[in-house]
Amino acid sequence: MRGRPLLYLSYGQDMALLNTPAKRWWTLGLVLVAVLLPFMLEDDLLVVLATAFVASIGAIGLNLVTGYAGQVSLGHAFFLAIGAYTAAALSGDPDSTRLIGFGITSLPIWLLAAGLVAGLAGLIVAPLAARLRGLYLAIVTLGLVFIGEHLFKHWRDLTGGVGVGRPAAVPELFGLQFAVDGAIFTKAQKLYLLMFVLLVIFGVLARNLVRSRIGRALAAVRDRDLAAEVIGVDVTRYKMIAFAVSSFYAGVAGALLYVMIGFVEPGSFNLAMSVQYIAMILVGGVATISGSIMGAVFITLLPRVTRELPAVLPFISSSSTAGGITIFQVETILYGLLIIGFLIFEPRGLFGIWVRIRTYWKSWPFSH
Amino acid sequence: MNEFVATVVRGLGNGSIYALLALGFVIIYKSMRVISFAQPAFMMAGGVLVSHLVLSMNFFLAVLISLLLTALLGAGVERVALRPMIGKPVFVIAIITLGVDIVIRTVVNSFIGLDIRQMGDPWGLKQLKLLGVTIDQRHLATLVTTLVVVAALFAFYRWSRTGLAMRAASSDQEVALAQGVSVGRVFSLSWALAAMLAGLAGVFLSTGIGLEQNLWLTALKALPVIILGGLDSLGGAVIAGLTIGVVEALVGNYGGNLSPVFGGDFFLVVPYLLMLLVLLVKPYGLFGTREVERI
Repeated sequence: MRGRPLLYLSYGQDMALLNTPAKRWWTLGLVLVAVLLPFMLEDDLLVVLATAFVASIGAIGLNLVTGYAGQVSLGHAFFLAIGAYTAAALSGDPDSTRLIGFGITSLPIWLLAAGLVAGLAGLIVAPLAARLRGLYLAIVTLGLVFIGEHLFKHWRDLTGGVGVGRPAAVPELFGLQFAVDGAIFTKAQKLYLLMFVLLVIFGVLARNLVRSRIGRALAAVRDRDLAAEVIGVDVTRYKMIAFAVSSFYAGVAGALLYVMIGFVEPGSFNLAMSVQYIAMILVGGVATISGSIMGAVFITLLPRVTRELPAVLPFISSSSTAGGITIFQVETILYGLLIIGFLIFEPRGLFGIWVRIRTYWKSWPFSH
Repeated sequence: MNEFVATVVRGLGNGSIYALLALGFVIIYKSMRVISFAQPAFMMAGGVLVSHLVLSMNFFLAVLISLLLTALLGAGVERVALRPMIGKPVFVIAIITLGVDIVIRTVVNSFIGLDIRQMGDPWGLKQLKLLGVTIDQRHLATLVTTLVVVAALFAFYRWSRTGLAMRAASSDQEVALAQGVSVGRVFSLSWALAAMLAGLAGVFLSTGIGLEQNLWLTALKALPVIILGGLDSLGGAVIAGLTIGVVEALVGNYGGNLSPVFGGDFFLVVPYLLMLLVLLVKPYGLFGTREVERI
């Protein structure tokens, strides 16, 4: 096979995770850069990147149900909230009189529990998805966000109530504390590396899932559920699997998302958060794992980038009280325009752009 | 008894706002098979235009001008952001409207500012005694206006040539095209009408209490309404809107003893719970047509 790297002799070779040399080199390079970054960047940027990695896990989850299985869900924020509160309650202070807490600070335990509880909630919602399709489902899942938001705002023992909130989960692994500055690494560096490792784990898991029998069944349900049923795909079962796995990912992401800030506020799990995740997968690329990561990183870094704008464009003011256009308005408008622009001009998202660049260089200097 | 009647009237007042909003959603859905998440933005735009215009003119004239401008905005949005997407999956188009909503609402919010803007309407918070029942004048005005608008809308759909064209395009676009209906114009008109209805809802929503940035969340209550009534049923939208308004008001008034468990503002989520319950029994709403699929 020497000299003919793209010759596949079996289906397994063709479907392998890294099936071309280019992919192998790119992946190796990206992982190396990602591991070296914490030693080159400022701490505040590292925290933003770590948040982006966690958001990527959530976006992968949404992409599984919306991108791969075609079930439009606007209820992602609800599942994120369930994960966040399961983790926060498990690792919370057991002696607190104000809040529920069990004092289990071991990261693998509360992370798995957060995922499982959220996944279970997804399973409960799934029968609705089996009966509804398209925009009916979108609106019902939207209703879920409103009901959840109301519940979390009023369940003070669990969430601390509006404007007060509660401390987020405590990340601790075999006695190693991630959320405090250590002797060798700072808090930001440790969290960055932790989130990166977790993203790799969950990303590879999801990638493996979608190239398996389950992934093909999900795609069949998305493309034409009636036809899928005719060729023997149990549509209801696979819709339930899609919702359960997606909610599991959302729960995990929710549990980790607030570790960086150290604080959860029940008002934050609203429609805007769901829309943000939808924007991530649309900007990144529907039904791709690497696209979800690209989109999540892009959307999470967007506020950080716009914050640099006033230095370049002096007519934008950086405070919210002064007149003229404020930085927050620019950020929101840019965000909206990005969603519209990507959908009209590049429906396959950042991943689509990447594919076009790749094909261009693959066949260079010929255009086809 | 009087308290009960007063609550129902208040519910009908709020419900007719939901009905106006829901009609906008249904009109767009009927023409494009898409749910427009941009309705909250149009609603806020209608409200904020009136609150600015009313400073220099009569309230009713201000409402008229602002509705025309909102309709233009709706048609413009359709032309710029939606027309290039014809034939794409409905989910994608729905997300585009979400983006439109974010953009327009940010611009509108900068005209609202952080304070509450008064509408300068003739009703304010004045009350009226009718057969021993105290009612807010604005609720009565909302209800009456909605009934008039709904009647006009139904007449327009039923008897005018354009209305016929819109019905034709809604039932089969290709056949309508073959009969000489300009489907593009139907789209523009639908968006203009929907934006206008949302704008009207915005005006009535902020009479008396004033307009503030968070009011846009009310527009989302039209979503359970259209699901309840069925996405493609104009009559269903009106009936479901009024029903949800009344149920919400009744729970708000008499559900006080539920508060230790669900919180005092439990009535805010009642529309969504009602929607979930109905959907478990009837997946296409109360008056919606069942999708027929070919294999």
